[in-house]
Amino acid sequence: MNTEVLPTRLVDFVGALRERGIEVGPGETVDAAAAIGVLGLADRAQLREALASTVLRRSGQRGVFDAVFDLYFPIAVGSAESAAERPSDVYELRDALVAALAEGDDARLRALAAAGVEAFGRYGDVGEGGSGGNGTGSRRLSGWSAYQTLGEVRPDALLNRVLAAMRTARPDDGHGGLGEALAGREARSRLAAFREHVQAEARRRTAELRGRERIARHAVAPQTELVTFTSASREQLAAMRRTIQPLSRKLATRLAARRRRARRGQIDLRRTLRRSLATGGVPMRPVLRARRPGRPELVVLCDMSGSVAGFAQFTLLLTQALADQFSKIRSFAFVGLTDEITELVSAGRDEPEGLATRILSQARVTRWGMSSDYGESLGSFVEEFSDALGPRTSVLILGDGRTNFGDPNLGALRRIAERARHVYWLNPEGRTFWGTGDSAALRYAELVPMYECRNIRQLSRLVTELLPG
Amino acid sequence: MQEPLFGSVDEVVERLAGAGYLASTAVATTVFLADRLGKPLLVEGPAGVGKTELARALATATDSELVRLQCYEGIDESRALYEWNHAKQLLRITAARDEGWRETRDHVFSEEFLLPRPLLTAIRNPEPTVLLIDETDKADVEMEGLLLEVLGDFQVTVPELGTITAARRPFVLLTSNATRELSEALKRRCLFLHLDFPAPDLERDIVTMQVPGLDAALAESLVRVVGALREMDLRKAPSIAESVDWARTLLALGADSLDEDIVESSLGVILKYQSDHRKAAAELRLDQLLDPASP
Repeated sequence: MNTEVLPTRLVDFVGALRERGIEVGPGETVDAAAAIGVLGLADRAQLREALASTVLRRSGQRGVFDAVFDLYFPIAVGSAESAAERPSDVYELRDALVAALAEGDDARLRALAAAGVEAFGRYGDVGEGGSGGNGTGSRRLSGWSAYQTLGEVRPDALLNRVLAAMRTARPDDGHGGLGEALAGREARSRLAAFREHVQAEARRRTAELRGRERIARHAVAPQTELVTFTSASREQLAAMRRTIQPLSRKLATRLAARRRRARRGQIDLRRTLRRSLATGGVPMRPVLRARRPGRPELVVLCDMSGSVAGFAQFTLLLTQALADQFSKIRSFAFVGLTDEITELVSAGRDEPEGLATRILSQARVTRWGMSSDYGESLGSFVEEFSDALGPRTSVLILGDGRTNFGDPNLGALRRIAERARHVYWLNPEGRTFWGTGDSAALRYAELVPMYECRNIRQLSRLVTELLPG
Repeated sequence: MQEPLFGSVDEVVERLAGAGYLASTAVATTVFLADRLGKPLLVEGPAGVGKTELARALATATDSELVRLQCYEGIDESRALYEWNHAKQLLRITAARDEGWRETRDHVFSEEFLLPRPLLTAIRNPEPTVLLIDETDKADVEMEGLLLEVLGDFQVTVPELGTITAARRPFVLLTSNATRELSEALKRRCLFLHLDFPAPDLERDIVTMQVPGLDAALAESLVRVVGALREMDLRKAPSIAESVDWARTLLALGADSLDEDIVESSLGVILKYQSDHRKAAAELRLDQLLDPASP
C-alpha cells in the first residue's frame, strides 16, 4: 500500500464505519492518519489498535469496527491465507478441526476456516483463485458463502469428538463435573469462534469480488445497540441481555442527575435566613428547598406473542434493573388475556434467559392459541387490574398493535389513559408499518402517544425522556 | 515538542513489564500513540481490569511522578485546580496591621498562599509527570469543561498570578467506568482505549506474576474457571483483581489442584452476589454429588 492509496483507503474505511452508525468526525480521521504516520504499516495488530484508539469513542462499537477493519485492511489477498492448511477432503478438514478445537489454537482455527471457505464456500462463477478485484456484471451472482461452508463442514456435529479429545489431552481433570462443565463451555465458545472466522473469511473473499462498500453495508452485523428487536437472532438477544446491567446503571445515573437538577430552584426562606446569621445577616448562600422525592409508580403492560416477545422481555428486564428508581413497578403480560407477572419478572433477574418461556407457561396470558388479541387483553386488564392505575402511575404499553383483525377495544385504552398519569406506547415496528395490514397502531396512537422503539438506543433514549424524574 | 518517553511499541511492553504490568498489544499501542501524539488517554472498562494500575505502572516505568485526581460527585475547581489558603491569608493580614493596602494585597496573593490541587501540581511540575484523572464519569458535567480547558493547551490562568503554562506536558490518563457517557468534546480530545478482561494466556501470566509461588497448572485451571464465569450472565463478573485474590486464597489454603470442593468453598472470593454464586455452582456442576440425576 503506497502513500497515495492510504489516505483514500482510510477515508473509505471511515465512511463505512459511519454507515454502520459509528460517528467518526474528520478530526478523528486526521488523528488516525497521524497515528499511522507514527506507527507505520508494518504490524497489522498494532495498526488495528491504533485505528481503534483514534476513531472509536464508545465500548460497544468494537465488533463492527473489527469486521470493517478486516474488509478494508485485509490480512491477505486471494487465497494466500489458507496456504498453511490444505486438507484434501472434508474428512481431513474435520479431523484437523477437532485437533485445533481441542487445543484451542486460534491461529490454526483461522487457517482452517480459510481452508474451508476456499474448498467449500464457492458459489457461482468465481474466477480461479478469486483474485479478480472488480465486480463486473457477469459475476454478480458469485461469491463465497459462509453458510455453504458451515453446511459442508458441520462444525457443531464435532462437539462430542472435541470433548473426547480434550478429555484425553487432560486426563487429570476429566473426572469431576467441574472439568466436564469447563471443557463443554470452552469447546462451545471455540466452535463459535470458528464460525465467526468462517464468516469473516467469506466476507473478505466476497469483498474482493464485489467491492468492499457493498459487503461492509450488508454483511457486517450492526452494533448491539442498533439491532432491531423484532429481527434479532438468539445470539444477538443474548448480547443484548448482557448490556442490561451497564445500561441500567447509565440510565439510573441519568435519571438521578435529572432529579437532582430539578431540586435546584425554590429558595427555602427560613433556612436561608438562619444561615445568614453567620455572615452578619447578609444572605450569602441561599438554601434551596429539597423537593420530596416523588418517585413514580410504573406499570409495564406487554404483548408476549411471538413476534414481539424478544422486545418485551428485554424491556421487562431493563425496567426491573431500574427498580430502585421507582417506588413501585408492576408488570403485566398478555397474549389473549392479561395476567400479572411482577413476581416472575423479579425472580427472573437471576435467570434472564428463559423469562419469556416461564411467563408463557406460568401466567395465564391466553385462552386459546398464541395470536394476540389486543381488545380482549386491554379489556381484561381494565377489569381485573385497574387498582394498579392511579394518579401517580406511568403506564408503558409494549406491543406492535397487531390485532389479527379483531376489535382493538379503544374504549379500554381510553379508560387506562384516563386513570393513569401518563400512558406511553412503545412500538417495536418501524413507523412506516404502523396501520398496515392488521395493525391498529395508528388508531391507538390517536389516544395515547406512541413511539417507535426498534433498538436499544431508541429504548434507552425513551426511558430517560419519558419517565418522570 | 519534548522528548518522547518511548521509542517503540515493544519498548512500551518491555518497560511496563519491568514495572509489573503485563500489557496487551492494545494497551501498548495506545500508550505509545498517546505519548507520541501528545494526547490524553481515556481508558474505559469494567471495574478491576487494571485501569488505575496502568497509570501506576506508567509512572514507575518512565520514572515519573504520579499525580492523582480522584473525581467524585460535586468536585469543583477548588478541589481540582487550585485554592487560596484563606485561613493563612487572614493570619497574614492580622499579623501585619500597619502595612499599606497595596503591599498586603501583593503579599496575600502570592505563591505562598496558593494551595495547588492535582491539575495545577501536574502542570507546574518540571519533572516528568503522569497525571491520573480517576473515575472521570463520577464528576459533574461542569467539571468536564474545566478539564477541556486544562487538557487542551496545558495552561491554567490564576487571575492574581497570571497564566501558568506547563513546563513539561504531563502524560494524562483518564479513567471511566462508563456509568455515564462523557461529553463528545472531551472524548474527541483523547485517545480511547477500551480495557476488557484479558485473554486467558495474559491473565495466567498476570496471576503468576502477582502471586509468586502459585503452581502453574493451578494457575491454568484457575484462569479457565474464571473465563467460564465471565461468560455466564452474572450480575458482577469477576475481574482481574478478583482472580488474583482467588489465587492468593488458594495458595493460603494450600490447594494443589482445583476440584469441586475447593471451588465451591472459595467461590465467595470472586463472586459477590448470592444469586451469582448459586448460578455458577449449578452451571459448573459443583453440586453434582448431591444430585443423583447426573451421571
